[in-house]
Amino acid sequence: MFQLSVEGKKKVQEYLQRYETKRSAIIPALYIAQQENSGWVSPEVVMNLSQVMDIPMAHINEVLTFYTMFNKKPVGRHHIQICTNVSCAMAGGHELADYLCEKLGVPDGEITKDGRFTISRAECLGSCNTAPVIQINIEDYIENVDKIKLDQLVNELK
Amino acid sequence: MEIKLLTEHYDKSDFKNIEGYKKLGGYEQLSKAFKMKPKEIIDEVKASGLRGRGGAGFPTGMKWSFLPENGETRYLLCNADEGEPGTFKDRMMMEKAPHQLIEGMIISGYAIQSPKSYIYIRGEYTQSIRTVEKAIREAYDAGFLGKNILGSGFSHDMDVYSGAGAYICGEETGMISSLEGKKGQPKLKPPFPAVQGYLAKPTIVNNVETLAAVKYIIRDGAAAYKKYGTEKSAGTKLFSVSGDVLKPGNFEVPLGYSLKDLIEKECGGLKPGRKLKAVIPGGSSAPVLTAEESYRANMDYESLAQLGTMLGSGAVIIIDDSRCMVDLLNVILHFYHHESCGQCTPCREGTGWLENIVSSIMNGRGRPQDIDLLDTVAQNMKGRTICALSDAAALPTISFVQKFRDEFEYYVREGRSKVTGKQLKRYNNRGHNVEMQH
Repeated sequence: MFQLSVEGKKKVQEYLQRYETKRSAIIPALYIAQQENSGWVSPEVVMNLSQVMDIPMAHINEVLTFYTMFNKKPVGRHHIQICTNVSCAMAGGHELADYLCEKLGVPDGEITKDGRFTISRAECLGSCNTAPVIQINIEDYIENVDKIKLDQLVNELK
Repeated sequence: MEIKLLTEHYDKSDFKNIEGYKKLGGYEQLSKAFKMKPKEIIDEVKASGLRGRGGAGFPTGMKWSFLPENGETRYLLCNADEGEPGTFKDRMMMEKAPHQLIEGMIISGYAIQSPKSYIYIRGEYTQSIRTVEKAIREAYDAGFLGKNILGSGFSHDMDVYSGAGAYICGEETGMISSLEGKKGQPKLKPPFPAVQGYLAKPTIVNNVETLAAVKYIIRDGAAAYKKYGTEKSAGTKLFSVSGDVLKPGNFEVPLGYSLKDLIEKECGGLKPGRKLKAVIPGGSSAPVLTAEESYRANMDYESLAQLGTMLGSGAVIIIDDSRCMVDLLNVILHFYHHESCGQCTPCREGTGWLENIVSSIMNGRGRPQDIDLLDTVAQNMKGRTICALSDAAALPTISFVQKFRDEFEYYVREGRSKVTGKQLKRYNNRGHNVEMQH
């Protein structure tokens, strides 16, 4: 059964105080819980958050299912999101995603057998001048990506 | 030529820290603003002709004056949920000059007499969130935020709220729903947010660039600001240029600037040997311009409206003759289908059908009647929904089909792209090849 860590619980309590209404703490709380649950939000996570926050599960699920940055199923340790919107698609974003899927032997959205990677095609990340751009988990962007850069990343990320 | 009003010091790396910012005149406009009456600031912003830089181009001062005088708590909400494909200016502004935004927001907050503001930043912008949060802490420590700022009697609190991945939260009522901890679905207007917004309280929602510009209107006066731009489109504007140019990037130019100059002078022109085919002038929801239209277009609200398109968020995507327009429309439609919030039927169903039809053409299964069907579906989506997302999918579709019909007809007839000579494979968001059953 998933349980927020003591520190995670403390942070969630702070968020519950920070805004005018408790519900505004749901997005920040989901970020904290997702990180503590290997990158995804399971039904058990929602149950636990509902108890900790004293907010109905329906309200948490409403937020969880609406936003793309919360993963509703397990992902690899490194969730590689490749932008394939207009400018990135023009710079070869789809081809990069195809290349990586083939190299790692998984379709997008699935986890590699060793649990290291999930590859997704993402919508515009707002970095069109440095296309194609990728984001791994919820970290800073990696810009002007090409196959060589991708190969390096895949080798470095354990 | 660029006019660097907002972006003057963006090349200095310490401009993002409070010390570096103050050295270059930062926060000096606060005391000037506090000597003015709130109403005087609103009048100054009105007189400057400043219009919303997020997409709709609504006059900022007028938006502020819609606030009811009923004594209710007012909120200021900065829209930093930059999501319109092609736009990357707000990210640069927040990462290079967070204090410029904060100063503009304190002045704006004072003008509308709001004790509390939020900067709603899209969740993917990790670096912007970090930078702005740090800058807010610095501003509190320096006494520019909090109680009784600089002894003016005006108190203001500011906080960052991180989104979590939803284009629709860039729509102001969707953003308010999201900030309230709900799914980010837009609401029917009226009531407008200025009357009933965040927690049903009067709320002003303004874009990052709009709020930052307020500082310069106070510093230089409305008349000086109005000197830039055209009569109805005043001031400078940041354009995010991407796609097939040698030097993509953000450029600050006066409104009314020639698109041809923007491409050739600011962006170094096209790649060698390439010809311009089309330009999307205001983010992917703006109707596309042909090369001929682009070369005579000026970048202001009125000129682009005359050409049947819009300035939007200032995202300019340059498309050269190596690009297949069927493919590009497919990318755009996939996006709007993915981002439709689902509450209005014409949008929920229409975006899906548009994507399916174009995907089916791309997979070599298109029928001659599909081209008119695209137009029919799009026409039936226009103006029939709560927010503008439905139009954002419909308008590009209509313009792509109308202006590049030969490419669609060729693809249907030959089963491959007129430009690349190949059948282009595309995926839906589950990674499956898209097929439509007739």
